[in-house]
Amino acid sequence: MIETRALSVHLTGKPVLHDVSLSLPRGKLTALVGPNGAGKSTLLTALGRLIAPASGEILLDCVPLNTIPAPELALRLSILRQEGAVGPRLTVRDLVSFGRYPHSHGRLGVTDRAEVERAIDRLDLAAFSDRYLDTLSGGQKQRAQIAMVLAQQTDVILLDEPLNNLDLAHARRVMRIARQEAEAGRTVVVVLHDLTVAAAYADHLVALKAGRVAASGRPDQVVTEPVLSDLFDTEVTVAEVGGRRVVLTL
Amino acid sequence: MRGASLILLAALALLLACLAFLSLGARGDWGFVLMFRGTRLVALITVASAVALSTMVFQTLAANRILTPAIMGFDALFLLGQSGLVFILSGVGVAMLNPYLKFGLETGVMLVAALALFGALLRRGRGISRMILTGIVFGILFRSLTQLLNRLIAPSEFSVVQSASFAQFTAIPANLTWVAAGGTVLVSAWLIAQHRRLDVMALGREAAMSLGVRYDRQARQMLAAVALLVSVSTALVGPIVFFGLLVSALTHHLARSWRHALLLPLSALVACTVLVASQTLFERVLHLQTSVAVVIEGLGGLVFLAMILRRRKS
Repeated sequence: MIETRALSVHLTGKPVLHDVSLSLPRGKLTALVGPNGAGKSTLLTALGRLIAPASGEILLDCVPLNTIPAPELALRLSILRQEGAVGPRLTVRDLVSFGRYPHSHGRLGVTDRAEVERAIDRLDLAAFSDRYLDTLSGGQKQRAQIAMVLAQQTDVILLDEPLNNLDLAHARRVMRIARQEAEAGRTVVVVLHDLTVAAAYADHLVALKAGRVAASGRPDQVVTEPVLSDLFDTEVTVAEVGGRRVVLTL
Repeated sequence: MRGASLILLAALALLLACLAFLSLGARGDWGFVLMFRGTRLVALITVASAVALSTMVFQTLAANRILTPAIMGFDALFLLGQSGLVFILSGVGVAMLNPYLKFGLETGVMLVAALALFGALLRRGRGISRMILTGIVFGILFRSLTQLLNRLIAPSEFSVVQSASFAQFTAIPANLTWVAAGGTVLVSAWLIAQHRRLDVMALGREAAMSLGVRYDRQARQMLAAVALLVSVSTALVGPIVFFGLLVSALTHHLARSWRHALLLPLSALVACTVLVASQTLFERVLHLQTSVAVVIEGLGGLVFLAMILRRRKS
């Protein structure tokens, strides 16, 4: 479980998140939603200890995040970032293998290799696992990055817009994997743009607007016409199709 | 395995170059020849390894293959420290200083200044053009400050610094060689032992942090190691700007790998082979005493231009 208490985060001196207090429960899939620039990615980056908060604290299982030693934290929390550009020329398997670094420190054992292969299979990457990343399409690279995060096998998984560049089938595959991970007792937090996807897969939604929490709760509490219209400052229609909420904006 | 055979081949080439360096054109007492040339050989190998490893590690930290410590003005910084010491302590003071103490002082100044200036730069600016520009500006700044100091000090004191400000492989201070060699071995061993961590750091700051590397602390330690190695090579032979770039380009061309376990040792072997072989060729075969530095710099400069132009095309 991750909690934030009165969390404020600044980016290059400008406040981006103000006084955010949240609880992201274990065993649930939480979706962060909201308009562009609301601070979703910044919140996720702060939860992933990649930016230090200006004030407030982040607690991982009731322990302040910044007191947990880096090597230990990497065994408990992993994060998929949006800019996934990597420097060296790596194959898909090389990249996914780096996900095992917190466990193996670079010496891959039998379990590490098995986990790498499992992550590659789960993201449907087996056919080009020996290809170099720079020869792949955007969606394939994105899946390789997600596989690397999965291979890290942490209790908390933070995914920043994992569906970027993914086609329909692979977007569904990734959301199903996120659900499986949550059902296995992990804390999964996903930044999503597609509210229909968020309503269909998430247990818990947090809506951010201008750096503050605008709404949070179950999908049926957040994915409603008044809440979303207010959140995005535009008319939103919520329809029910086959028992699921579908968000229409046109 | 490809990596192991590459290392073996490079080691063999280095061995041949060393044998040629020690034996070609030797006349008279072998004991004296071997001792005299042996010390110089140790100095050349020390300088080459220091340049190679500092360049490879710096390029990993800076996340690109065009920047080198020399291009970013590291050795200009070392020379500035040297002139600064003469300015403060006066030429007589520096000339009378124990050479080890002098080297220690210069290295200390270099460490502090390099960490202060380049530590912040590495953390913030990842844009390559900004880094190159900053490096060039730093280099010009350090060189101009050095010149200013050199004009302010007395001509006799100037002669103390002057000899140190040009690259030369023929007159290497023998007393420093063994200290420098020892230091280089230690620092290199430490860096090579960090090869797995360097692999992760090459992924970038945030990726390395998510994988549990204390990036900022590690990067500072490695930058300190780079500064030490640059101090060693600059103190022994003076500033060599493009040699590191030449070595790193060659190494990446040969290795085609991201593993520092291969890259670091291979780069050291390649650098030593190039330096010892060209020194042998110029000194023993062509009998040209001073042109090695010029030729190596020329070749390295061409590689630099080629890399920049190729990057612009792609």
